[in-house]
Amino acid sequence: MTLQTRFETTTPDPDTGYRTFRAGGFGFARDRYFAYLSHGELRHQLPVDAFLRALMRDVAWGFFYGTVNFDDVLGTTNFYGEVELFLGAKNEAFVRARRDVTERFASADLMKTFKAILHDWTNEGFDPFAAPLETAVAFGAKRGSNDKAIERERVSARRMVGLPGDTEVRTDGNGYPVNRMFEDVAQHQPVVEVEPGFEAEVCAFNVFGYLSRSDVTWNPSVCSVLRDSLFCPTSEEYILPIDHGNDRVEWFVQLSDEIVWDVKDGATGRPRARVTMRAGDVAAMPADIRHRGYSTKRSMLLVWENGSPEIPDLIRRGEAPVVPVKF
Amino acid sequence: MTFKTTFGSLADYRKGRVEVIDDDPKNYVFSNVFEVASRARPWERVAVAKNFEYVIEAMHAAGESPYWTARHDEFVVCMDGEAELELYKLDEPAPAASGRDGAHRLDAPPAGKLPGRKMGRIVLGRGHMALLPKQSAYRFRAARPSALMVQTIEGPETILRWAEICQTDSQSQGATP
Repeated sequence: MTLQTRFETTTPDPDTGYRTFRAGGFGFARDRYFAYLSHGELRHQLPVDAFLRALMRDVAWGFFYGTVNFDDVLGTTNFYGEVELFLGAKNEAFVRARRDVTERFASADLMKTFKAILHDWTNEGFDPFAAPLETAVAFGAKRGSNDKAIERERVSARRMVGLPGDTEVRTDGNGYPVNRMFEDVAQHQPVVEVEPGFEAEVCAFNVFGYLSRSDVTWNPSVCSVLRDSLFCPTSEEYILPIDHGNDRVEWFVQLSDEIVWDVKDGATGRPRARVTMRAGDVAAMPADIRHRGYSTKRSMLLVWENGSPEIPDLIRRGEAPVVPVKF
Repeated sequence: MTFKTTFGSLADYRKGRVEVIDDDPKNYVFSNVFEVASRARPWERVAVAKNFEYVIEAMHAAGESPYWTARHDEFVVCMDGEAELELYKLDEPAPAASGRDGAHRLDAPPAGKLPGRKMGRIVLGRGHMALLPKQSAYRFRAARPSALMVQTIEGPETILRWAEICQTDSQSQGATP
């Protein structure tokens, strides 16, 4: 597929104050309530808060693994260096009616446009990473911006949180107070007695306490690294803003409370299962599905990813397993 | 408004489930760490998740564990209870562990001897995570039954019993409310 190289931005709309953007054949516009996508005769719209929350994840995660579905129609698929933007390509009805459209971009090029949209369309006080009860609304005419919220760096430990020179443990002092829904989570740290010379290896921290201080939702951060095995715990509240269609198996370990997952077929969007996960539950997400989670009470979820750089090639050759275990 | 955070334990966990619409529940390899650990013998390392060569093991911690070592880092999370962790630097990597990934059980050192130079001691409570450094020897002690979860690679100590621990039925009843 030819790489698209056309990118345009307009001057701000005199009524709403927002710019419109173009990437390849796709147009992006917003008004007080909605984001509008277009390509030729094809039109699509979604609530602008949902759009910005999904866009935030796509940007922060570098298009993530596999497909990021903003909703049942709009999404991106990561080809690791290149990325496809689509309307309807993962929707059975659109595909059957041949109403779907897909274009491919250099990832860095589309990322620039996505970041520009995020910067222009995110108003002062609206944090796309925050739970809805913890942020101002996204709606209305343009009023200021919130670059601090949308430019957070994704936390990624090199070996383990808390090791000397690695990602710091979260504290009140470094700007991570305990979240209002985790005030009952114990904050004591483990007892660690280190013999001289082993300070870089004898280490432990309170990962539940660490998660209770997360200032974002649905944003896994790497806490421990064993080669390509990445423990990426995260705190979750309200709805995962995307339907994630991973191109590889990933695993969830529910650490606290409860998340309900709607699971649909990755290619068609047909419902396949509903998975209720409670503290201690472990479940795999197969590589051919898309999933969206719901968490009424802020909960702690361990997302376990295999970040092997060999997996994209296995996927292209059709050799990556769809399910992790057969029994 | 006060919120209550619900963690699980060996004695008190409420398992969810896969409600199938059009799928095979086995595709989700659904289990529960506390259920698996509570049904395992002390210090069995039962895989609850597997992704290529990598695994997550659930352990029923009770009493004193064997010594283990691995040629790569491992990480442990205490999911329930309390466990003491001792770490030792091996004078030489264990021969068995140098040829294969995963945790390897070490022969118990002679009475009064340690497996290597002491690196440190950690006491883990619920929610605490520790590094099990590569080429160290380690063992746990738990005064009362506790549950541990280990991020590691499949090895000779890893027990695979998927059919026993995972949901296999596809009846559509929901998780208990």
